[in-house]
Amino acid sequence: MSWETVIGLEVHLQLATQSKIFSGSSTRFGAEPNTQASAVDLAMPGMLPVLNEQAVRFAVMFGLGIDAEIGRRSVFDRKNYFYPDLPKGYQISQFAEPIVGRGEFEITLEDGSTRSIGITRAHLEEDAGKSLHEDFHGQTGIDLNRAGTPLLEIVSEPDLRSATEAVAYLKALHSLVLYLGISDGNMAEGSMRCDINLSLRPAGSDTLGTRAEIKNVNSFRFVEKAIQFETLRQADILESGGRVVQETRLYDAERDETRPMRSKEVANDYRYFPEPDLLPVVLEESWIAQLRSELPELPPAKRARFVSDYGLSTYDAGVLVDSRALADYFEAVARDCGDAKIAANWVQVELLGQLNREDLDITRSPVPPTQLAGLIRRILDDSISGKIAKQVFEAMWQGEGDADQIIESRGLKQVSDSGKLEAMVDAVIKDSPDQVAQYRAADAGKQKKLIGYFVGQVMKASRGQANPGMVNQLLARKLGDNQQDA
Amino acid sequence: MSIGSDELSRIAELARLRVDSDELPALTRRLDDILGMVETLQTVDTEGVEPLSNPLDAHQPLRADVVTEGNRRSEFQSIAPAVENGLYLVPKVIE
Amino acid sequence: MITMTVAQLIQALRDREFSSVELTRSYLDRIAQRDGELNSYISVAPETALAEAEAADRLLAGDSAPPLAGIPIAHKDIFCTRGLRTSCASRMLDNFVPPYDATVVERLRHAGCVTLGKTNMDEFAMGSSSESSYYGACRNPWDSRCVPGGSSGGSAAAVAADLAAAATGTDTGGSIRQPAALCGITGIKPTYGRVSRLGMIAFASSLDQGGPMARTAEDCAILLGAMAGHDARDSTSMDRPVPDYRAALSLSLQGLRIGLPREWFGEQLQSAVADRIRAALRELEALGATLVDIDLAHSELSIPAYYIIAPAEASTNLARYDGVRYGHRCDSPRDLHDLYTRSREEGFGDEVQRRILIGTYALSSGYYDAFYKKAQQARRLIRQDYLDAFGQVDIIAGPTTPGPAFRLGEKTDDPVAMYLEDIYTLGVNLAGLPALSMPAGQVDGLPVGLQLVGPHFGEAQLLAAAHQLQLATDWHQQRPPATASTGDAA
Repeated sequence: MSWETVIGLEVHLQLATQSKIFSGSSTRFGAEPNTQASAVDLAMPGMLPVLNEQAVRFAVMFGLGIDAEIGRRSVFDRKNYFYPDLPKGYQISQFAEPIVGRGEFEITLEDGSTRSIGITRAHLEEDAGKSLHEDFHGQTGIDLNRAGTPLLEIVSEPDLRSATEAVAYLKALHSLVLYLGISDGNMAEGSMRCDINLSLRPAGSDTLGTRAEIKNVNSFRFVEKAIQFETLRQADILESGGRVVQETRLYDAERDETRPMRSKEVANDYRYFPEPDLLPVVLEESWIAQLRSELPELPPAKRARFVSDYGLSTYDAGVLVDSRALADYFEAVARDCGDAKIAANWVQVELLGQLNREDLDITRSPVPPTQLAGLIRRILDDSISGKIAKQVFEAMWQGEGDADQIIESRGLKQVSDSGKLEAMVDAVIKDSPDQVAQYRAADAGKQKKLIGYFVGQVMKASRGQANPGMVNQLLARKLGDNQQDA
Repeated sequence: MSIGSDELSRIAELARLRVDSDELPALTRRLDDILGMVETLQTVDTEGVEPLSNPLDAHQPLRADVVTEGNRRSEFQSIAPAVENGLYLVPKVIE
Repeated sequence: MITMTVAQLIQALRDREFSSVELTRSYLDRIAQRDGELNSYISVAPETALAEAEAADRLLAGDSAPPLAGIPIAHKDIFCTRGLRTSCASRMLDNFVPPYDATVVERLRHAGCVTLGKTNMDEFAMGSSSESSYYGACRNPWDSRCVPGGSSGGSAAAVAADLAAAATGTDTGGSIRQPAALCGITGIKPTYGRVSRLGMIAFASSLDQGGPMARTAEDCAILLGAMAGHDARDSTSMDRPVPDYRAALSLSLQGLRIGLPREWFGEQLQSAVADRIRAALRELEALGATLVDIDLAHSELSIPAYYIIAPAEASTNLARYDGVRYGHRCDSPRDLHDLYTRSREEGFGDEVQRRILIGTYALSSGYYDAFYKKAQQARRLIRQDYLDAFGQVDIIAGPTTPGPAFRLGEKTDDPVAMYLEDIYTLGVNLAGLPALSMPAGQVDGLPVGLQLVGPHFGEAQLLAAAHQLQLATDWHQQRPPATASTGDAA
């Protein structure tokens, strides 16, 4: 039987606030254990939460970014369970009335097709602390620095159908939150973590199968692998007539497998109820309107603009808007050099290629946009050929200065002086009597191929600096002239 | 309304309280008394009545995103039952 | 000097009749003599109290002394006091020394108060008799065979027996008013949101409110003025100005419309208590007030709604006591589950465990709608009755409790009978209203309390009415017999 994979994702996004969602402790990553855990974070008796305005702002910005319904009134609830990294014995979250309601999110797949993924809701909640299982005489150590870090939990509809789609969705989400500036998106530090709900059903069926939840997967690659593994695991079970058990599983990256969590949890009964220490959050229309007006241009709009304003293909525009930093870089180069298409080509091929080889982010590029634009200008004014430009780019990457300095110091300026070129062409013709004879004997079609030899010789003699257009013209004329002479 | 022993054990487990089996009957009776007392609630018509979580019709105030708390670890951990290297210790947690 | 009111003490300290150190020492001596029997204090802090008194005397010698400079008070052991053990009368917090002050404590310190110690109470404020304390039952100074009421029983007993000039209390379902009534003092539960809850150990967050307990309405006005006000660290604290309660005490009762809920004068009310209350109401009428019968139709829902909502909130408020970061931890836990269950079972007393179980049950899957949601709906109906009533009357008056103080042990085996103690007080908490209890004479040598309830943020009117009544009567001046016989050192 053929199976359809049905995936819904719950993404936990750490919001880039300075202080925690309900206390004035710092959210900085990497501090010494429990040095950023205040009396509120430690759930000391009598301590009370006060909501961080920036967390609310970021959540609403996300909602506006996916055109979702914004909860004019939203309510915090207590989600009750015991765990040592949860100091209060409950997590403050949102259940019945989240701050962000239903929205839609468009993803672009590698073949250029797009799909719309439903966002069920997004709600604010606090993160838990960390349990460290290294050896403390067989005990677990609890670090509560992370407890109370603001999270936006973004819940998708079960609209995803493959690991590829899931990763495309996550990448698009990642790009969006960086555009909005609401999260640092640092996956290695856990700023974006993902729970995967996955089930299979016979192709063509409308009813959902029994799902397994895979908790806390924290990289695109692991999401892809976990989904691949889990899909096969469930398919094997179903193929052999078994039933998938609804359970929570963990993805073990070292073994590349998912396995059930070992802790025997009593059937969870979170006993959600409205958090009495917090009042309903009510948002003013004017406040929301203000935020809406301040939103940056987001990927879909930017892509459309790159297509219409710069004449780029949808694919190229899609690559360039992948991150706000890359899009900004491209636009800076395009404006500076005046030719968006060449700018797009250079950014995508040379710059991104080099960045990928060295595993650098665009923000860490050793070549700033002004330098790349300077290089492109020299191509446009025929000072250098495209081939030489690549050499210049290499040198710029190594930090040898801007394009003009490199062209100057390395003597790479293209020879466009017709006198010099004519002398070179003449010398080549003179040194290649056999090839000249062959050329002259050939028909027009063959001549076009044979001329390549002469061009190559001239370029070699000029160490690549001869203007190839002029060389072609000169050769065609001179070889033709002699033919006429004969 | 009455609470059964199994139900009570489940609730006690949720609340992380230990109820010994010899205490169960007496405790069940007491809880049943209380549940009997709250039973009158079921007689009142609350159709369409919005639940009231908080006695004032007020809205949540928002705090500026400023770090106001410093490191008070040694002070806080001086009253903790078990700490090591700045961490609170608990028996091994199994995931 | 220890029998003087706070208002009198403020004047006497300013007039240098005696120093705060002398006054504080008198209270400490009195506590040492008398509290062995009453058990109204869990902790007494003589050294810090005397140091604070000395500091107050220095301020009093200058001309910038804060309003309550040198006044010795006690805090209910539910308010966190920096460096002074705060137990909530529970074994769970027997070893808990807070690294911070509650806002109420901080404000009273700034106002100049001296902290004598921490008073006894029902464990985690869950009770109406102060018998469930880990530190043993507190006794009523009027008759030591009787309870002082609860949960703020220690504060009430300490004030009644002159072991403090005044004390703080908290009121979730009557815990200031009922012990005030049973010990013959005046206590006010302010509007929800009037006094900060920060650092006040939570029982039921949407009901809890701190307030003063003292000999007179005037003293309550002075203390409430120092305690009340917005606290940005408590989201439920309301940002509105605090009136000058003391200045407002002179408001006349002329034309004041007082509502008498028919439901409060029913068969549960002991007839002797009803007589005392009617006598007090006649005094109010004589001072110019008009009495109007009113209905609080959903009154009978107060007890069931309260005994769902308060335990539900408590069940999760008390989840933080897990033996990990502070408080009681069982010896050598086998595993995490054992750490939790044994620490909590050992740390919490029976009544606390019962309420946690009831609350957990009411919130659990399958019961939420029938219990918690239903109770919150009933809560709206109850509040609406009050709001409608305040369309017709300025304040509401009636008994604080159905009867006077009962014997120790009389109701400990019957939680439901104990819960009925609060039949007239619970609705006020559900509706978030201010209410006070003041002495209204005695029944068989035990005090009876008159309860006055006001609209939201109507504390000034309530205190004024109580003050005017106290100017015209002497019920508030009646002292427990043991106190009278001991005499006054001053």
